[in-house]
Amino acid sequence: MARTIQSLERAAAVLRLLAGGERRLGLSDIASSIGLAKGTAHGLLRTLQQEGFVEQDAGSGKYQLGAELLRLGNSYLDVHELRARALVWTDDLARSSGESAYVGVLHQRGVLIVHHVFRPDDSRQVLEVGAMQPLHSTALGKVLAAFDPVAHNEAMEAGLGAITDATVVDPAAFDRGLAEVRTRGWAADVGETWDGVASVAAPILDRRRMPVGAVGITGAVERMLEGSAPRPRLVAAVRDCARSVSRDLGSGRF
Amino acid sequence: MSSTHDPSFSAEQREYIAAIDQGTTSSRCIVFDHDGRIVSVDQKEHEQIFPRPGWVEHDAAEIWANVQEVVAGALEKAEITKDHVRAIGITNQRETTLLWDRHTGEPVHNAIVWQDTRTDALCRELGRNVGQDRFRRETGLPLSAYFAGPKIRWLLDNVEGLRERAERGDLLFGTMDSWVIWNLTGGVDGGQHVTDVTNASRTMLMNLRTMDWDERILSSMQVPAAVLPQIRSSAEVYGHAKGGPLDGVPVASALGDQQAALFGQTCYDVGEAKSTYGTGTFLLMNTGTEAVNSYAGLLTTVGYRIGDQPTVYALEGSIAITGALVQWMRDQMGIINSAAEIETLARTVEDNGGAYFVPAFSGLFAPYWRSDARGIIAGLTRYVTKAHIARAVLEATAWQTREIVDAMKKDSGVEVTSLRVDGGMTSNNLLMQNISDFLDAPVVRPMVSETTCLGAAYAAGLAVGFWSDISELRANWRRAAEWTPQMDAAQRDREYKLWLKAVQRTMGWLDEED
Repeated sequence: MARTIQSLERAAAVLRLLAGGERRLGLSDIASSIGLAKGTAHGLLRTLQQEGFVEQDAGSGKYQLGAELLRLGNSYLDVHELRARALVWTDDLARSSGESAYVGVLHQRGVLIVHHVFRPDDSRQVLEVGAMQPLHSTALGKVLAAFDPVAHNEAMEAGLGAITDATVVDPAAFDRGLAEVRTRGWAADVGETWDGVASVAAPILDRRRMPVGAVGITGAVERMLEGSAPRPRLVAAVRDCARSVSRDLGSGRF
Repeated sequence: MSSTHDPSFSAEQREYIAAIDQGTTSSRCIVFDHDGRIVSVDQKEHEQIFPRPGWVEHDAAEIWANVQEVVAGALEKAEITKDHVRAIGITNQRETTLLWDRHTGEPVHNAIVWQDTRTDALCRELGRNVGQDRFRRETGLPLSAYFAGPKIRWLLDNVEGLRERAERGDLLFGTMDSWVIWNLTGGVDGGQHVTDVTNASRTMLMNLRTMDWDERILSSMQVPAAVLPQIRSSAEVYGHAKGGPLDGVPVASALGDQQAALFGQTCYDVGEAKSTYGTGTFLLMNTGTEAVNSYAGLLTTVGYRIGDQPTVYALEGSIAITGALVQWMRDQMGIINSAAEIETLARTVEDNGGAYFVPAFSGLFAPYWRSDARGIIAGLTRYVTKAHIARAVLEATAWQTREIVDAMKKDSGVEVTSLRVDGGMTSNNLLMQNISDFLDAPVVRPMVSETTCLGAAYAAGLAVGFWSDISELRANWRRAAEWTPQMDAAQRDREYKLWLKAVQRTMGWLDEED
C-alpha cells in the first residue's frame, strides 16, 4: 500500500459524519467529532463546499451533504436523453452540411451510434442506430479517446488495427493525433476507416464539462475535403452543433 | 436554432416567410427561408385559466400581445425587417372559441379552450333523440364539447347581454386564426373578419359539401349568422398587416394546427398520412377531393384548400394518451426519471413478457368511443418486470396507431403506404420501430420537426408566389430517418389479437350510474 494523503482521509471522515442520517452539523461539532482544529476543519469544509460535495445552510450556518454527491452516484447520462436533446441540432447539421450526421458514445471497446440523421438527398439510406464503429480510426472515436481517458484506455486495449492503408496504427502517432484533437477541439478521419470516406466530429460536454459523447458528419472525400483537409465550413458546422447540444445539456459557454 | 445567413447574399435577395403558431400553451413565430429551413424562432407562453374543474380559458388580449411580441422577436433574431418578409402564415389551436366587440376590439369573455368540457350537457341536449351523430352527415363531426359551435351557444346563453349584442351585429366570433388575422389586418380599423376552411370545419357549423355555414345547424344551435366570419381558402391573401413590425406584409394563410402539420409534411396525395406524437396523438390522412364519411369512429375534416383549387379532405383519428402514458410512468409510478429513459428500460428486455397496457384513462377514443372503459394492464404473471411494462407502454402507442390506420382503411378503402411522423416522441427509436412493425409499413421522420409552422409558411408562400406549386414544396421535403418493418407477419397477427383482447377487457368497467 502506497503512502496515503492525510487531508483526503480527513475529508472522507467529514463526508461520512455528515452522511450519518439526514442531519446538519455546525463547524465545532464536526471539528470535535473528528478531532481536528477548527481552522483545519473549516478549510476542509470550504474546499468540499467549492466542489459541491457539502452545502452550508444560509440561516443556521450548519453544514450538510451537497447535491454534487448525488450526481456523482448517478452521473451516467442516458443515451436516449442524449438523442432527444441532440435531435433538432443534428437535423440542422445534416441540412446545413448536406451530409449524414451521427451521435456516438463510448460502449465497451468501440463507438456506439445512438443517433443518425440521413444525408438530405433522396437516396435510400438505412438507419445505423445501434451500430458499432472503431474507436481509433473514426472521427467520433478519436474525439472520445482524446477527451475521455477511459475511452483512450479502451482504444489502446482494443489495439490499433489497420482497417485501411491510412489507419494510424503506431501508438505514439495516435497519441500525437489525440493531442492535436484536444488543442483544436475537433477530430477528422480521412479514409482511415472507409476508403474514400471522410468524417469530422467534436465533443459533447455535460454541465460538468465532462465528455458524454461526440457528434459528427460523414461523407465522400470529394465533398468533405478541400485539398487534404476537411472544409472549414463543415468543421464550423459540426462544432456549432456540438456546442448547441452541450449548451442544452447545461454546459457553459466554451 | 442557429441562423445561417450567407453574408455574400445581398439584403434584397434574402426573402422569408413568417409563420405564426397560436398554440394551446404558447404563441410562436418562426421565420423560414426559401428551402424551408428555420432561420429564427421566438416563443411566449400564456396563462392557462381554470375557473372550475373541466373549464379551460385563455385571455385573448394576452394572446394578441404575445403574438405581436414573438413576431417582433423572431424578426430581430433573424436580423431582418418587414422588407424581407414576403408573407405571413397563420396556424392555430383548433376549436378554441372567442367573441369580441367589433367596435372596440375587446373580447367580451375569455376564449373557451378546445379542452373545456362545459358544453358536455349542452351537446347531449343538442343530440335530442338522434344522439351524437345528429350533425355528422353535414359536418363530419360527432356532437362533442371540443367543437366551437356549442361553445358559442354557451357564451350567448350564459353571459349577460351577449345574445342581444350578437343579434344586433355588434359581436364577432372567431377561432384563434380569425382573432389573429382580424387584429393583424387593422382590428377596429378595417380588420378582416375571416376564417379558413380547416378551422371552419371544426366549428360544427359548416357544411362539408357546400363549404359554407349550414343554416339548419345555425338555427338548431341558435347561433346568429351575423357573428360568423367569412369562410375563405387556406392559402390566399386575406389582407395586409396594418401597423406593427410587419406593416404592409400580406397575411396569406390559415390552417388549424393538425392540418398545417399535414400540409408541412407534404401529404398532398390520397393515402398520404401524418401522425404527430405528443401528449396525445393526432393522425390525419389525405382522402382527396371527396369527403369520406366515417362509420369507424373517425372524424371527417377539411385537409386544406389552396386558393380556388378544389377542397382536399382528410380523415382524422386521435389517441388521447400517448406521451402522457410515459409521463405517468415517470410522475405517478416513479419507474423512470425522464421520458427518454422509457426506451432504456424497455431495451433491457426482448419483448413485453406477455403484458399489454391499455391506457384508457378517460375512456377509449377512436375507433371505440367508450366512456365506460378504464385502463388496464393485462397478461400479468410473476415473470413480468418493470422493463416488460415499459415495453408494453411503448407498444400501446404503436397498437393504437395501428387501430386508427385500420379504421381509415375501412372507411376510405385506401391503404396507408407509409406514415410520416413528427412530435417529441419521434426521438424514441424503439417506438418508431414498433409502429413500423405493427403497421407493416415504413415510418418516416422529416428533417424539419416544426411541421406545423412549416405548413402555415408553405401555404402563405404558395399564395404569394414565393413557391410556385406543391411539387416545389415536395422537393424541399427531406427524410431525416426511416424505420422499416422487421416483424414476422405471424407474430404481428398473434400480438395484435392479444392487444385487441386486452382492449375488450377495459370496456364496461364503469357502471351506468358512475
